[in-house]
Amino acid sequence: LAVIWEALKEAIHLIVSLDPTVMDITWRSLRVSGASTILAALVCIPIGGLISFRSFPGKRFLLNMIQTLYSVPTVCVGLFVYLMISRSGPLGGLGWVFTPTAMVLGQALLITPIMIGMTVSALSGVDKTIKDTTLSLGASEAQAIWAIIKEARFAMGTGLILGFGRAISEVGTAMILGGNIAGYTRVLTTAIALEATKGDFAIPLALGIVLLCVALVIAVTVNVVQQRR
Amino acid sequence: MAVLLLAALVIGSMGCSSTEDFTKLASSEGRLRVATTTSLYDTGLWTYLEPKFEKEYDIELDVISAGSGAALTYGRNGDVDVLTVHSRSDELKFISDNYGVGRVWFAYNYFLIVGPESDPAGLKGLTPEAAFKKLYENPGIGKFVSRGDNSGTHSKEKAIWKSAGYSDYNAMKAVAIADGWYIDAGKGMGDTLTMANEKQAYTLADEGTFLAVKSGKDLVPIIDTGSILLNVYSVIVCTKSTKQTEAQWMVDFLTSDEIQEIIGNYGKSTYGKSLFIPCAGEAEPTS
Repeated sequence: LAVIWEALKEAIHLIVSLDPTVMDITWRSLRVSGASTILAALVCIPIGGLISFRSFPGKRFLLNMIQTLYSVPTVCVGLFVYLMISRSGPLGGLGWVFTPTAMVLGQALLITPIMIGMTVSALSGVDKTIKDTTLSLGASEAQAIWAIIKEARFAMGTGLILGFGRAISEVGTAMILGGNIAGYTRVLTTAIALEATKGDFAIPLALGIVLLCVALVIAVTVNVVQQRR
Repeated sequence: MAVLLLAALVIGSMGCSSTEDFTKLASSEGRLRVATTTSLYDTGLWTYLEPKFEKEYDIELDVISAGSGAALTYGRNGDVDVLTVHSRSDELKFISDNYGVGRVWFAYNYFLIVGPESDPAGLKGLTPEAAFKKLYENPGIGKFVSRGDNSGTHSKEKAIWKSAGYSDYNAMKAVAIADGWYIDAGKGMGDTLTMANEKQAYTLADEGTFLAVKSGKDLVPIIDTGSILLNVYSVIVCTKSTKQTEAQWMVDFLTSDEIQEIIGNYGKSTYGKSLFIPCAGEAEPTS
């Protein structure tokens, strides 16, 4: 277990010394997963709002389907997107395979079910009278959804952090769609996987600690923003 | 309001720099892509050569490390421009299927059968074929971990089984797994060495990776002679690449006198011996 102690020292060393390679990889992880979370949120919050707001036949079934997709294996999402954007796939002309763009796309798709599900459950926690009140005051449906989203902001924040957490910690889609190219598509998780296969366990564990530090900063930031309201 | 603020903050801190960078980095325009077998990457050779290539030809080089099987698939799909691989029969098929322009060998070394120092099955001194046969016919005297991932090393293992008289690899494997001594890992070289180390088992490893990674550090080479253990690395330009000229640069680069000398010396100071033997321009190594 000496390796864990060694990893801890290595992690502190990497962070304190601002190791340029590690900083570069960490910054890329943050950007790729941050962008994929924002992309997913922009799509999922309105969709989740609509699902939560309206009642329609098959709603329960739809929610079950969305919850099932929480468990989709990351590698399968990666392969699906790869087949779409590979040069021999339908979107091959875009030249996206093995680029950060492909990783953002893959991670956004990966966390879409969780983000929609979290939005629906966050909104269902809001007092039903708010919907009726805003509507009776003459608000449009979109305005009413927005009012409810504001009311549910704490739960929404949790959803964002959860989506970001799944994105930044996954390795399957990032590896397949990015290709783990040094200085271009190498992120924390793919670097961890690469170093671990070389049988050196201190560095991957240290990078894991760095990843958790990033997650801590994000969680604290989201909480601070929520409190400031 | 809070959500707006949050979105603005997050997009402000990350979105701007990412949109700026991503438009520049968004697609593969102006980048040359090489898919390589893991052994040339895990030994650090590609990391060492990459900046030299970029400097000489003034182009961004993306090195994607994958098993030879995956690398060939990327080539077939047109997702990479050039390959550096070590899986002769698969390479010949790739070329006869018109996915590759030509196969140019540039380095070789040998595979090793590695195992615990105590050599429980007494394989030392045997030929690779005889060693495999001994493991098969005396189930339980020693375990064997197979890559099982369609990599170049895995196809070499299959070739040894075939040469040892087991022409149906899958049938052999089914019996061996049932007998409990054959482990189908489905992993890369490093992980396979780690597993062989943990299980005190034998495995087939390329010399370069075995020397360069820390995995399997308690294992020693048991069998290192036999012409079937030859491991030849070739560079192949992919037919579907839209950058034929640039891809050809890679062939010129790897076979140039300067880089051949660098390859020949690579690892000498760290491991006490070269990891690769350069062979560009010579007849294809056969033993």
